Amino acid sequence: MKKNYKEVSIDPTTQQMYERAQEMGIETVWERLEKQQPQCGYGLLGICCRNCMMGPCRINPFGGEPKRGVCGADADTIVARNLLRMIAAGAAAHSDHGRHVALTLLIAAEMAEKFKKEGKPVLELDNMASNTLPYQVRDVEKLKAVAKRLGIETEGRTIREIAKEVAEVALNDFGKQDEEAIAFLKAYLNPKTYEVFEKAGEKAGMPWFENGILPRSIDREIVESLHRTHIGTDHDPVSILLHGLKTSLGDAWGGSLIATELQDILFGTPQVIKAEANLGVLKEDYVNIVVHGHEPVLSEKIVEAAQDPELIELAQKYGAKGINVVGMCCTGLEVLMRHGIPIAGNFLQQEMAIVTGAVEAMVVDVQCIMPATVDVARCFHTKIIDTSPIATFPGAIHIKFDERRADEIAKEIVKTAVENFPNRSKQRVEIPKEKMEGYVGFSVEAILKHFGGTLKPIEDAIIEGKIKGVAGLVGCNNPKVKQDHNHIKIANELMKRDVLLVGTGCWATAAMKYGIFLPEYADTENVGPGLREFAKEWGIPPALNMGSCVDCTRILVLADMVARDLNVPIHALPVVGSAPEAMTEKAVSIGTYFVASGITTHLGVVPPVLGGPKVVKILTHDLYDIVGAAFIVEPDPYKAAKKMYDHIMKKRKELGI
Amino acid sequence: MSTDSKPTIFINPAKCIGCRHCEIACAVEHSQSKDLFSAIFEDPLPLPRIHILPMGAYNVPMNCRHCDGAPCVEVCPTGALYHDEQGAVMLAEDKCIGCKMCAIVCPFGIPEFDALNGVMFKCDMCPDRRAEGREPACVEACKTGALQFGTIDEIVSKVRKEKAEQIVKLKEGEVEEEYNGWDLYRSMQTVVIRINEGDSK
Repeated sequence: MKKNYKEVSIDPTTQQMYERAQEMGIETVWERLEKQQPQCGYGLLGICCRNCMMGPCRINPFGGEPKRGVCGADADTIVARNLLRMIAAGAAAHSDHGRHVALTLLIAAEMAEKFKKEGKPVLELDNMASNTLPYQVRDVEKLKAVAKRLGIETEGRTIREIAKEVAEVALNDFGKQDEEAIAFLKAYLNPKTYEVFEKAGEKAGMPWFENGILPRSIDREIVESLHRTHIGTDHDPVSILLHGLKTSLGDAWGGSLIATELQDILFGTPQVIKAEANLGVLKEDYVNIVVHGHEPVLSEKIVEAAQDPELIELAQKYGAKGINVVGMCCTGLEVLMRHGIPIAGNFLQQEMAIVTGAVEAMVVDVQCIMPATVDVARCFHTKIIDTSPIATFPGAIHIKFDERRADEIAKEIVKTAVENFPNRSKQRVEIPKEKMEGYVGFSVEAILKHFGGTLKPIEDAIIEGKIKGVAGLVGCNNPKVKQDHNHIKIANELMKRDVLLVGTGCWATAAMKYGIFLPEYADTENVGPGLREFAKEWGIPPALNMGSCVDCTRILVLADMVARDLNVPIHALPVVGSAPEAMTEKAVSIGTYFVASGITTHLGVVPPVLGGPKVVKILTHDLYDIVGAAFIVEPDPYKAAKKMYDHIMKKRKELGI
Repeated sequence: MSTDSKPTIFINPAKCIGCRHCEIACAVEHSQSKDLFSAIFEDPLPLPRIHILPMGAYNVPMNCRHCDGAPCVEVCPTGALYHDEQGAVMLAEDKCIGCKMCAIVCPFGIPEFDALNGVMFKCDMCPDRRAEGREPACVEACKTGALQFGTIDEIVSKVRKEKAEQIVKLKEGEVEEEYNGWDLYRSMQTVVIRINEGDSK
């Protein structure tokens, strides 16, 4: 069925490429969604259980039989179990990413040690780098700051020694077996919120959660999630969901936090920089390489290799002016934040980028990469190159990554792309013109630097009421929602009400495409007078790009700092979260860890929980009593913004401001 | 008043949650093996005779209505279509010439063409099951009550009784808002559809 291009997206480049795909008979995500209709209601409501072979079982949502699965599980047990498995999968994805970064830091430190012993040049104190090492500590200051938080001695030690120990503490958090909370959580979380976590079991009427929802080990909580949801184990929706909070906190203050902090150490902490976004960043005369996925461990090296004079010369030999690396999804945001590499788009534009006919290679790592990219690429000369040993795409070229040979492999990948340039059919190239500039790179460190080493100006503006509160907008596109529509509407509705926005992931890319990351945006009618004044006073856009979806931890660290300054738990702050177009299991984990950490969070896409009335009540109501925050589910962006604003105002009132 | 003893399959779109289990059960029932795990390896693959159509926030099961004065039976030039003793509209494949006249006259778009065999195929209300006194496969597969099997009198009197109960409860103020996850989901889906279609205030 032919769909109107205006129904699928508000982005003009997506509209243009979607029409082009239709004309060319190329199937895209929207046709596939259409072909999936109707989607199974048991799945949509979360009342389908496939956890054992007595099943699959499903519960009649209209109250009649069957009311229970073969084992006797009712709708609420089934819904809670399914949700816990989603949280576990999301936490696993983020955390495995974090583990990869920690291992890379360890490999870097160990390689430096080996080089030192072999008498090869390794700088001693300022850096552990030599030109022959693939990875180095780019941000020594951050390394020392993280080490200090973790209680690791830095005085009189070499960078490689400190880096090794930081990596070891991080890796220990994944697999330790004691009952203590993970080291990174203890190092980063304020005592008042820590206490909330500790007492969550008691508050939920389950005192056998002795340490509440404090995660003991990142991997263990994920494994325990699978154990609890195995047939015949945990059946109480309350305890199942409590463990869900715990697992998500292992992601928040563990896996994801490790990913962000250690990436900053290895690749540099983002600083404010101007860059461009949307499909218009593809260049007609250049070899275009799209780096797509989530882990910057490889894409950092691709960016480097693309600057190799020999490869640029090769590109010129084939008639290109040079090599143009652009990003997609969160890998795109990683290199955008750190190097100002332009970002071509968010999740729903991955196929659209290929439809331009101008992409020589799409280099993919992990998460949110549609296997369909391979099929779309078959219609053009584009090569999909998969690089992660854990993510293989049938029909793609496999150039698997190895940190120890990072430079060599990155060059091979870039060379493959360059050599594909002559295969491009020039008559079949159509690159949309639209692109937008914006300021990015608002890491916590960059924000502190901008405000003179303190968050006091933001806090004062909140207390004064110039800014009513802060909203963390995150996550995903979902073809069930018109692309970017809810992202932008909710952002505008909140900014109109003087709510400062911080955001990550596909929301951040959406916001950037619409100019929200330009300081000038504060002059538009979409920004309220208080926020406008504040933004102008400090020379910032009314919304700050804090990075990829794994970087949601930057939002948590920021909230933690404000909570410390005001001496309250995070849940007392006038702060809300929202995933307006949520799609992934990672988004479920993020939403859950926001809520568990005390940030009431809106979901714009209904998660598969409505089949369990008790679960719905716990998630949207009871959690206020347990962790001080809960979920708001609302598909209408206007109503959603209103509800979020009301929550902010409620929190202001409680704080007496 | 005469009673109609002929059974039929009633549909209730308000209760259809789009799981499409009926489609699978129908195809399996019309396979050679009548077993799911074998049916998916058969050549030709068995086809379903019932289809779930998404209509906005609703799903509508579309199956043969087995009309009393069935236009398909009347128009069939070879007599391939006929009513069996229970009133079900049946299709004799050996008589079918694939002229598709039945598809042309059907008010519901039910008869389909099997290109492989050059004949039409449609819902037969599972004659083997009916002979054993069992419900058709699609009805048995439906766990929400969106599909019901019975005579018109049975169904109507059941609905009449339910409505009467509701009226009494309404009068006595006993009607409680019962939690219904599907209705809640559907109301939210209606919002999404409205927004996607361009109502963005």
